[in-house]
Amino acid sequence: MNSWFKSGSPWIWLSAGGVSISLISVLGLLWLIASRGLSYFWPADIYQFDMLDPSGKQSVVIGEIYDRELIPAKQLSHLDLKLDADVESIERLLIKTGNRELVSLDFRWLLSPQITKTSAPKDLVVIERRTNGNAYGFIAEVILDGKSVDVSELAMLVDRVDEFQSQIEDLQKVDIGAINYQIERLRLRERKYALDGELSAEVKQDIAQQVSSLQEEYQQLEAKLMSLRKEVSRDQLRLRAMDGQVITVNLENVLKVTYSNQLNIIDKFGVFFHQISAFIVDDPREANTEGGVFPAIFGTVLMVLLMTVIVSPMGVIAAIYLHEYAGKNALTKLLRIAVINLAGVPSIVYGVFGLGFFVYMVGGSLDQLFYAETLPSPTFGTPGVMWSAITLAILTLPVVIVSTEEGLSRIPSAMRYGSLALGATKAETLWRIILPIASPAIMTGIILAIARAAGEVAPLMLVGVVKMAPNLPLDGNFPFLHLDRKFMHLGFHIYDVGFQSPNVEAARPLVYATALLLVSIIVMLNMTAVSIRNSLREKYRMLEH
Amino acid sequence: MTITSKSANSRRVKNTLAQWMITLGGISVLFTLVLIFMYLLYVIKPIFESAKVESLTSVNISSSNQILSTGVDELKELAYNIDKKGDIAFYQIVDSSFREVGTQLLTMPLLEDNTELAFVLDAALQRKVLVDTNSNVLVIEPKFKATYIADDRDITPSVVYPLGEDYLPVDEQEQGIQQLAFAMNEEFAIFVAYTDDNRLIKTTLVAEDDFTYDSAYTAQYQTISMDKGRVDNILVTPDLQMAFVRQGNEISVYDLTDEDDVPLKARINAIENKNTKITSMALLSGSSSILIGDSQGKVSQWFEVATDNGRQFKNIRSFDVSATEGVASIVTEQYRKSFYTITKSGEIGVFYTTSHADLWRGNLTNTLPSAFAISPRADGIVLIGKDEQQQANIQVFEVHNEHPEVTWRALWQEVWYEGYPEPDYIWQSTSGSDDFEAKFSLVPISFGTMKAALYAMIFAVPIALTSAIYTAYFMTPGLRKKVKPTIELMEALPTVILGFLAGLWLAPIIENYLPAIFLLILFIPSATLATALIWHKLPQEKKNKFPETLAPLLLIPVICLVTYLAFALSPLMEHYFFGGDIRQYITNDLGIDFDQRNALVVGIAMGFAVIPTIFSMAEDAIFSVPKHLTSGSLALGATQWQTLIKVVLLTASPGIFSAVMMGLGRAVGETMIVLMATGNTPILDWSIFQGMRTLSANIAVEMPESEVGSSHYRILFLAAFVLFVFTFVFNTLAEFVRQRLREKYSSL
Repeated sequence: MNSWFKSGSPWIWLSAGGVSISLISVLGLLWLIASRGLSYFWPADIYQFDMLDPSGKQSVVIGEIYDRELIPAKQLSHLDLKLDADVESIERLLIKTGNRELVSLDFRWLLSPQITKTSAPKDLVVIERRTNGNAYGFIAEVILDGKSVDVSELAMLVDRVDEFQSQIEDLQKVDIGAINYQIERLRLRERKYALDGELSAEVKQDIAQQVSSLQEEYQQLEAKLMSLRKEVSRDQLRLRAMDGQVITVNLENVLKVTYSNQLNIIDKFGVFFHQISAFIVDDPREANTEGGVFPAIFGTVLMVLLMTVIVSPMGVIAAIYLHEYAGKNALTKLLRIAVINLAGVPSIVYGVFGLGFFVYMVGGSLDQLFYAETLPSPTFGTPGVMWSAITLAILTLPVVIVSTEEGLSRIPSAMRYGSLALGATKAETLWRIILPIASPAIMTGIILAIARAAGEVAPLMLVGVVKMAPNLPLDGNFPFLHLDRKFMHLGFHIYDVGFQSPNVEAARPLVYATALLLVSIIVMLNMTAVSIRNSLREKYRMLEH
Repeated sequence: MTITSKSANSRRVKNTLAQWMITLGGISVLFTLVLIFMYLLYVIKPIFESAKVESLTSVNISSSNQILSTGVDELKELAYNIDKKGDIAFYQIVDSSFREVGTQLLTMPLLEDNTELAFVLDAALQRKVLVDTNSNVLVIEPKFKATYIADDRDITPSVVYPLGEDYLPVDEQEQGIQQLAFAMNEEFAIFVAYTDDNRLIKTTLVAEDDFTYDSAYTAQYQTISMDKGRVDNILVTPDLQMAFVRQGNEISVYDLTDEDDVPLKARINAIENKNTKITSMALLSGSSSILIGDSQGKVSQWFEVATDNGRQFKNIRSFDVSATEGVASIVTEQYRKSFYTITKSGEIGVFYTTSHADLWRGNLTNTLPSAFAISPRADGIVLIGKDEQQQANIQVFEVHNEHPEVTWRALWQEVWYEGYPEPDYIWQSTSGSDDFEAKFSLVPISFGTMKAALYAMIFAVPIALTSAIYTAYFMTPGLRKKVKPTIELMEALPTVILGFLAGLWLAPIIENYLPAIFLLILFIPSATLATALIWHKLPQEKKNKFPETLAPLLLIPVICLVTYLAFALSPLMEHYFFGGDIRQYITNDLGIDFDQRNALVVGIAMGFAVIPTIFSMAEDAIFSVPKHLTSGSLALGATQWQTLIKVVLLTASPGIFSAVMMGLGRAVGETMIVLMATGNTPILDWSIFQGMRTLSANIAVEMPESEVGSSHYRILFLAAFVLFVFTFVFNTLAEFVRQRLREKYSSL
């Protein structure tokens, strides 16, 4: 035993334990996010619980089982549950009951000893709604324009509502949105003329004419909208909910009706994939706690693309300078320290700098110079997608520099000398020989920068991200790309929905799903970058020999 | 093929151009870092500047009478004065497109003919209380109205009477008034007066409706019982709660809130030295502090503090105004805790109480000005002085004093705030109430940053370093190729996800299974050692089947098992040792506060974020220790472990040090995890069961709602600057050490 300790073997095992803990935590973390995130999409069974409470009152609760936990029986002794003395703990179920019009809370704890019967009736439905969350119950009646019709008509009626709703949304967002945007632009143009002192009666009349024709168009669209609204609110559905209460659900509110308990495993997979795609392409509902995350994905991608456009040339040029041009002097040393420090400065400091320098100072000056007509409401003097992209470009600059430089350093100098010996200038060597060979390394750097930027939240909270952006930064209105707009971001979405939303408990599965999406994007990007880098290293090794 | 000279030329130009562009691009990285540094400094700088007073203009006064009072409008375009005869005159003091500087706009008599003013009191909101020689009292308020004519601003003055144009019935018995104090709000106007027949009286004018719209009132009279002796000075707080009455060096505080009685509330004995006399007193903005100036040139601040014997007035801090003269007058700002002192020779001082700041001193006139006022926005002063020809004039000065509440000392030392029992470190930047004083101490949030980083390092360093040692030194190359990227993958995980998991998943688990966490600290090492021992005792053929190099993989199921065991045992532990509920046990029996989102949660979550940083760099450092060193050691008969400790770790120690530095830098600056996994309360407490607020989380929480250019905004920039400098030092140090190490390796 003593010699065993002396050999150091136990300590080696202990250090092996460190590796094990690290591995367990990485893989466990990924598994946790994946399992929780994916279960959000899986259609849950709906149960009916017949309850009997100690006072002898019977009740029925319908809903999905959301969570279960064991609690010590001692804590519940005041409830008088008539338990056997040797029962140590009691199971407690968290049930998502939905039906917000009936009960104020979506969730309810049930104690298993009080449940007399648990069943999963086949004709229980879950209705996903545009507002007010899910509804659970049995369909009692389907009403088409005031007349009762057969339940089998329901699917068709829901499709019809869907059709109308998407028309309404198009009308509101695209057509009416465009008219409002044009009217606003006309108002600003008039203001600009006035500020420049060039507002003549003709211009004024011209603008007034355009505005009035737009307003006429607006009236027509609004009439159309009203008629669509009337169409869409034609039908209803009557639902027999828990405790026998009947609620009327307007079909205009209904997104989907699912008989969850009738689904077989293949159907469930169908629903599962459908839910995933809906999550990616739909807009959020109910203060971000339901629906999809499309605007957040879009905002993240757009911001990251803009950032890439800025950071790639900057980073690559800086790396080329450091590796190909810089001499061995104090300036180069300073530059390297600058790169290391740019990588180490906390991201929130970039946010502070971006807010003060870019948004208030540069943006404020831009507004004074070019957007004086909209003042005092700022155009670029307020956080927006452009400032976010620039701020993150500075933040990710060292990532691109370090990766590119590593690539450059692996190119054998023989290739440079060969090119120079053949009479090429240094610039030509760089452009024709070095950069093409280093391009995978540059690619790696850019991908790593994208991965870093996609997950960064703290600076964005200061320079442009919002919980709910009314318009995407890219739309059909000239100039199409609106760099001054604020945007939504997946990472901030997680923070906001998980910590700032009014109903954190209900929103938690959605947060897990969003986290899964973000993690998969980032892990995928990283693995791509690493595999490019590795294959590159192999290639260089072959070049050397 | 020949190259024409033209094309050669253009190639040369291109080459030079490329060189310049690339050099420029390279230098721009350095430029960016310097820009960030300089910009942060540029925003911070104003908060550490002391006040500046600049002469703006002076205008001659047409009246030949003594001037009793003066004032200026909000934009400092018009000034006015009230003379002994009771005439008010307004003057243009800056150029406008309507009239020249010095033009007299409006003069009007405020009193009836043949009377003279005895004195004029300044009240809140630029109101003036006029008392004539017949002891008639009138309250006036100069008003300024801005109109725009083709984008040019024109300001026209007028005088309104908030309590009506008739003389106010201050004394029911219509005796002469020697001393008077006044304050009002929308419902009440209170006068406290000392009359010729030695009575101290309180007169309340109760608004019939609201003084904002209607000046009708009914009067109520009360007599205040007081000590014998002349009253020298009376003050009424703007919130109508208290009156301060000075008789010589004795100050009595009366409670004005009672409708029937005016009881004596406290006495302030400000002066201990018999030869010193109180020469002036004034109320500080916020109605709770009184400033007392004496003949020795000192001003002391007093406010009520809760003590064991109830609430008492205490001397909080003193200011040395002048070494040679007494304080002739103290004038306070309306909204901030700044005050101006004037001595007999006309020396003016600007001070700020809370930060104990001595902001400016100087002589603006060579004599005591006959009237002095602060502009409504506190960005200027106006006083009545004399020009070279001894002609009275109005002098207006610009005061640059935007951030008097911030001093280096106030940020880092204990400050005694109004209403607090003792000096303390407090960060509290906003509140719902209007007369709230922001408290900016960087100590609690810097402390929080340290605390979070420390707990994270306690968790991360052992795991990261042991993993690095094993991976670099003992692991087979094949396994290392898989393990290293897996652990490094953790670095790519967005911290917002770690923070979310810590706050919503880990925190409740830790709360419910607290004993399990402490069991794990015990279980994991002992289980690891037990496994090692079992493996050691295994027969050789089994050992060959599961070689020691697979130890990390062998240990995974073991650690999972003991983790499960710890969690299963946790309720039992709680039941037998902690009375069924460890949370209650901690709060009640140990007397420690327990937050759900505490330092333990932050330590674990941020530890995970830091592990890959430390692991990756330490692993590199250990792995690149030259092989011939280890081979030499092993050849001389040292065991693997001895070689590791005595040769490898010693050689790699600078690299390991720089890895830990980098990890610390990351932990200090991390925002999202601490934002989500703590309660963000700025407290000074090392307890593992309590939360904290860090510099970075503080910026993220407060920056979006701070007003641009305000002290709060600049202090948040200062917080960012502190973080910047902090990480700069760590990173540069780490990089420096690493460079040295690289040189050492290459020489080996």
